[in-house]
Amino acid sequence: MEQNRIVWDGNMAASQAMRQAKIDVVAAYPITPSTPIVQNYSQFVADGDVDGEFVMVESEHSAMSACVGAASAGGRVATATSSQGYALMIEVLYQASGMRLPIVLNAVNRALAAPLNIHGDHSDMYLGRDAGWINMVANNPQEVYDLNLCAFKIAEDYSVRLPVAVNQDGFLVSHTTEALNYLPDDEAYKFIGDYKPHNPMLDPEKPVTYGAQTEGEWHYEHKMRHEHAMYNSFGVIEKVLAEYKELSGREYKFVETYQVDDAEEIIICMGSVAGTTQLAVDKLRAEGKKVGLVSVRLWRPFPKEELAKYLGKTKTITVLDRSAPLGSTGALYNEVAAVMVDNGYNAVLLNYVYGLGGRDMTIDHLTEIFNSAKECSDAGKRVKPLIQTINLRGKELSFY
Amino acid sequence: MLELRWHSRAGQGAVTGVKALCDVMAHEGKHVQGFSVYGAEKRGAPMNAFNRVDENPIIDHSKAMKPDYVLVIDPSLVYTDIHYDIKETTKYIITTHLSKEELLEAVPAFAGKEIYLVDCIKISQEEIGRAMPNTPMLGALMKVSGLFEIDDFAGSMEKLLYKFPQKIIDGNVKAIKRAYAEVK
Repeated sequence: MEQNRIVWDGNMAASQAMRQAKIDVVAAYPITPSTPIVQNYSQFVADGDVDGEFVMVESEHSAMSACVGAASAGGRVATATSSQGYALMIEVLYQASGMRLPIVLNAVNRALAAPLNIHGDHSDMYLGRDAGWINMVANNPQEVYDLNLCAFKIAEDYSVRLPVAVNQDGFLVSHTTEALNYLPDDEAYKFIGDYKPHNPMLDPEKPVTYGAQTEGEWHYEHKMRHEHAMYNSFGVIEKVLAEYKELSGREYKFVETYQVDDAEEIIICMGSVAGTTQLAVDKLRAEGKKVGLVSVRLWRPFPKEELAKYLGKTKTITVLDRSAPLGSTGALYNEVAAVMVDNGYNAVLLNYVYGLGGRDMTIDHLTEIFNSAKECSDAGKRVKPLIQTINLRGKELSFY
Repeated sequence: MLELRWHSRAGQGAVTGVKALCDVMAHEGKHVQGFSVYGAEKRGAPMNAFNRVDENPIIDHSKAMKPDYVLVIDPSLVYTDIHYDIKETTKYIITTHLSKEELLEAVPAFAGKEIYLVDCIKISQEEIGRAMPNTPMLGALMKVSGLFEIDDFAGSMEKLLYKFPQKIIDGNVKAIKRAYAEVK
């Protein structure tokens, strides 16, 4: 496929993919902490490049509510938000997924106040962890563009019918300009396909109810149907990513790995830090150290089986969480720990809380983490605190 | 890998300058990355912006770099600390109305550093009609770095600015070429 090369930041990559998807309704509250994604999109509307509705509302709660209304009416729907906006949306995120509405949300991951901070961390993504949305993670602007196109196709698949969030790190991806390749408009749209409404509200011949009350007699069944759809989505996501690879030449997996086959120390992470970690792996490999990287692409549904394939032989696993767990271990750590137990693996597990509020994570920091993990590998047991910090002022601290 | 660090004040166009350089370099088939460190988003506040350019995909998403070039597009920022994370070969391109001797006397920290001076504020005021030192700085960078022939670069910038009125485009091209000629 002949593709165009262009320089976009993560925001523009998301906006352009939304333009190519020919969305019926975008409802948004386009002011900080949201990023320029919908601002770019509103420019497309003003320029006549898209003919869908753009609805400006008075809050993120209203934005997602309008998205729920439009999606249940029977249209293709998307929006974007971040941070406090995401937090304000949270009640309606559960409504969207519970009503099985295939909305696409561009979630630019930013810290949650207080203290107020608009920089990259995963606090908002973690907040939405149990909201019943499929969550994918894009590590650079190219991936933001690609995963957006895939998100519509996954969400709208009849056996899934779930909303999808495409996550990208605030500033580190959203405001970082890189060169990327994009598909011609008609090819991108052909890949996603026409929207096929399913039980739309705007069909007087066949009246339907959305968001009905179900007390003890049906609530459980509905939630388990939702759960079932989530597990079913693995197959659909795999199929869509394979089709996209066929079309674009770019391959995406549930978990991306680098130098893991013989690795004795592995770092598991999500987001843009994966690229920097890869460079730390290269540096240490050049010194003969057996280190590797696992980057989780699919946060929900969590790819336990896929992840298990890479963790059976290593000595130490360090899980990086970009959100303060505030009273336990990090959310990604907990997932990995469960995979270890389920499979009877017994590598030493370590957890780092890093990069909060956009704090920098460099190749040197990651090298330090690998070297620290090596001490545990050599000892054959955990000789460090369970939760550690990096590039933090003040004393080292850990509750565990 | 080629790395650049811009020192600017918010509103002077460093982000646009970073993006323009990304565009031109990407057009030449290079891999590029441009990002900035925003503070409180206040016009006039000091800020940094960064470019990385390489033959290979750029996967480092940290802010850590020892830049090959430090570009200063606001004259007053020479009095602030712009000398961190540099290496022996780091070159400074500074917008100032001072001569080299005057600058060294005013800011002894520049002693022993490879510095190039050009008055991008004056050039942009005269050629574009307002103080917008970002594009002339790129012209000066072309001279000092030898990355592109100036006519090729000015041509690329002309294409990049196509959305602006012709007067603004012409002014920018003149400013780029003048900064190229005047930097020393």
